[in-house]
Amino acid sequence: MIRLLFFIFFPSLILASDMVLVKGGNYNPIFVKEKIVRVANFFIDETPVTNQEFLSFVKKNPQWKKSNAKPLFVDSNYLKHWKSDEEVGDKSLNKSPVVNVSWFSAKAYCEWQGKQLPTIDEWEYLAQFGPADNSKDVKNLILEWYSQETPKKLPNVKSTFKNKFGVWDVHGLIWEWNYDFNTTFVTGESRGDSALDKSMFCGSGSVGAADASDYASFMRFGFRSSLKGNYTVANLGFRCVKGEK
Amino acid sequence: MKNLLAIFFLISAFYVHAGDIKGQEEAILTDAPEVPAPITRKNPTKVIVHLETKEVKKRMADGVEYLFWTFGGSVPGKFIRVREGDEVEFHLQNHPSSKMPHNIDLHAVTGPGGGAASSFTAPGHASVFSFKTLNPGLYVYHCATAPVGMHIANGMYGLILVEPKDGLPKVDREYYVMQSEFYTKGKNGQKGFQLFSEEKAVKEQPEYVVFNGSVGALAGDKAIKAKVGEKVRLYVGNGGPNLVSSFHVIGEIFDKVYIEGGLKTINENVQTTLVPPGGSAMVEFKVEVPGTFIIVDHSIFRTFNKGSLGMLKVEGPEDKIIYSGKTADEVYLPVEASMIHKEDQTMVSNELGKKVFENTCMACHQADGKGLEDAFPPLAKSDFLNANKKRAIQIVLGGKEGKITVNGVKWDGVMPPQELGDEEIAAAINYVYSSWGNKGYKVTPAEVKAERAKLKK
Repeated sequence: MIRLLFFIFFPSLILASDMVLVKGGNYNPIFVKEKIVRVANFFIDETPVTNQEFLSFVKKNPQWKKSNAKPLFVDSNYLKHWKSDEEVGDKSLNKSPVVNVSWFSAKAYCEWQGKQLPTIDEWEYLAQFGPADNSKDVKNLILEWYSQETPKKLPNVKSTFKNKFGVWDVHGLIWEWNYDFNTTFVTGESRGDSALDKSMFCGSGSVGAADASDYASFMRFGFRSSLKGNYTVANLGFRCVKGEK
Repeated sequence: MKNLLAIFFLISAFYVHAGDIKGQEEAILTDAPEVPAPITRKNPTKVIVHLETKEVKKRMADGVEYLFWTFGGSVPGKFIRVREGDEVEFHLQNHPSSKMPHNIDLHAVTGPGGGAASSFTAPGHASVFSFKTLNPGLYVYHCATAPVGMHIANGMYGLILVEPKDGLPKVDREYYVMQSEFYTKGKNGQKGFQLFSEEKAVKEQPEYVVFNGSVGALAGDKAIKAKVGEKVRLYVGNGGPNLVSSFHVIGEIFDKVYIEGGLKTINENVQTTLVPPGGSAMVEFKVEVPGTFIIVDHSIFRTFNKGSLGMLKVEGPEDKIIYSGKTADEVYLPVEASMIHKEDQTMVSNELGKKVFENTCMACHQADGKGLEDAFPPLAKSDFLNANKKRAIQIVLGGKEGKITVNGVKWDGVMPPQELGDEEIAAAINYVYSSWGNKGYKVTPAEVKAERAKLKK
C-alpha cells in the first residue's frame, strides 16, 4: 500500500527502500528505572540506506556532493569511501549500507523522501527484538558484533537478521543515526552520570539504570553521545521512518 | 634503541607563557616492556602526547585471537613519561575503524574524570585537552567510556610516569610490566577467535591472566634482560579489571618497593607486593647472579593455568657464595622406616639405624645394648656379635633359636626373623656396631641383600 502511494506521489523514488510497519508498544528505556515509554505504530525502511540509494540522492541534490557539502554539516570524512562526487567506485559496495554520512546529510535524505530519521524511542523500541526465528538472543548478538573487527568492506544489507516486523539489520551491521541522538544526556565522563538526583543514563552500571548488565544498550547510548551533527563515522549509517498516517 | 636514547625531540624552545614552562616537545611513547628514557631536563615544559585508540585483532595465546581495544595498537597502552610541573597537551585520536567511542582517564590528572569528560571521542575523530602534572608518581590510565568495565576488559589501560623534579634514582634497566585479565567465551586454550564474555567478567572469573597483554608476551625470547650486577626497576601496573595482583619475582627480593606507585613510602626487602586494579608499584632490585627469574602473580594458579608468567633473563658470571647452584644430589631417606624400599644404598644414615634399633631391637636388647639377664643377650661389647659380621646379618634376617655363648654366658632363647628392608637392617646393625664399644664394622644394604639371597636357598 505504502509502495503504491510512493509510486503515485513520488514517481522518481524508484530506488527508495521498501518500508515495513512496526507495531508500536511499550518499552523501558535503559537509562531510567521504572519508566515506560509508549511508542506508536510507524513505518520504517526495511534495510539501512545503501550507497546506491544515497548516490541517487546526491545526484538529485548536488549541495550534498562531497565537494559541495558545507563543513558545518559534514566533517572532512564525509563519503570518504566513495571514489568521487557521483561515483561509489567499488561496485561491490552498491548494496552495502552507506556510512560516513553526517546527521545533517542523513536527515536531508529522509526529508527528500518525505520521511524522517527514527527517534531514539522508536529505535530503542525496535532494538529489543532479535531474529524473528529466535535463532539468537538479541543481547548476545550485539555483544558479538562489538567483539568483531569492523570489516574492510561492509557486507550488503540483509546480511544479518530480520526481526518479527520484517526489519533487517537492526544490529550487527552498522550503527544508525537517530533524529534526537544528542538528547541522551550522557556526558563524556560516563561515570559521572550516576548521581541519584538525575534520571539519566550511566555507563558504569549506575543505580539509575533499568538493567545495569545490559552492556549492549549502554554501548548504543554511549556511542550516540560521542557524536555531533556534522560527524561522520566509518560504521555509522541510517534509515528513515514515517508515521502511520 | 635510538628512539629510547633520544627520548624527547625538541620541536622548539620558547616561553609558552609567563610561568616556568620552557619550550615544547613531542613525547616519545613506548610499547611494553620498553620504557622511555629518563628525563634529563631540569625545567618543566609543554609536552605534546598523541595517543591513538584502535580496535585490533591480535594473538591472546597460541592459536587464540581476540579483538583488543587498545591505546596505541597493543596491550598494555603506550608508556607515557613526563616530569612534575609539565603541561601536557593530550591528543586522543580514535581510529576510523573503531566501532566504539573512547576516552581516557589518566589517574595522573587532577580534574573531573581524569580527562575522561574532555576526551570522549567518536570513531574517526580526535579530542584535545591539557593538564598540569601536579603530583609525581606512577599512574594508571584507562578508557572510561560506557560501560567502563568492558572497555577495560578489552585492554584499554596503560601507565603514565610523572617523574619528580629531581628525577628518580639512576638504575641500569627499566621495564614496563602490566598485568590484566581477559574474559573469553571459550575456555582457556580454546582455539580460534574468542568473544568477550560479559557473564564471566561480572563473575570475575577470567580465562586469561597475563602480563603485557597476552600469554607469553614477557617470556621466552620476549623475556626482559639484565646483566649480573645491574640494578633493575620495573614499572608495574595492574589494568584489572577485577583481580588484585600479588606481584612476585621468583628468586629475587625487591630491594625497594615504591608502594602503590607513590614516591614517599619506600619499603625494603619485599618478597611480594600487592598491585590493585587501577594501581601500580615500582620495584627495584640488583641482580646478583645469572639465570632466569620467573615473574608471577603469586596467586599461583593464575600463573600456571591462566598465563601470568614472565621472565627476566640475567647473564653474567656466577657467584657461588650468593648462590651455589646444586652442590649435592642425594637420595633422601625419611625417618619413617616403613617408607624405605630402595635397594642399592651404600650410605645409610646413623639416624635411621638408631630409629630402627629403637623401634625393633631395643625392647629386648635394651637401650644401652646390655640385654636382660636370663632373657636377652647383650649387644654391647659382645664377643659373639663382633666375631662375625655375616652371622649378625643372618640372625637379624632369619632369626635365631637355640644355645649360644656370649661373653662366657650361655643363652638359650628365641629371636624371631625381622621384617625389615636391607637399608634398615644395614643401618640398625651399623648403629649397633658403632655403639657401646663395639668394633665399628660397616654393613651395606648390598651385603644384607646378599645374605638374604643365601637364606632363601
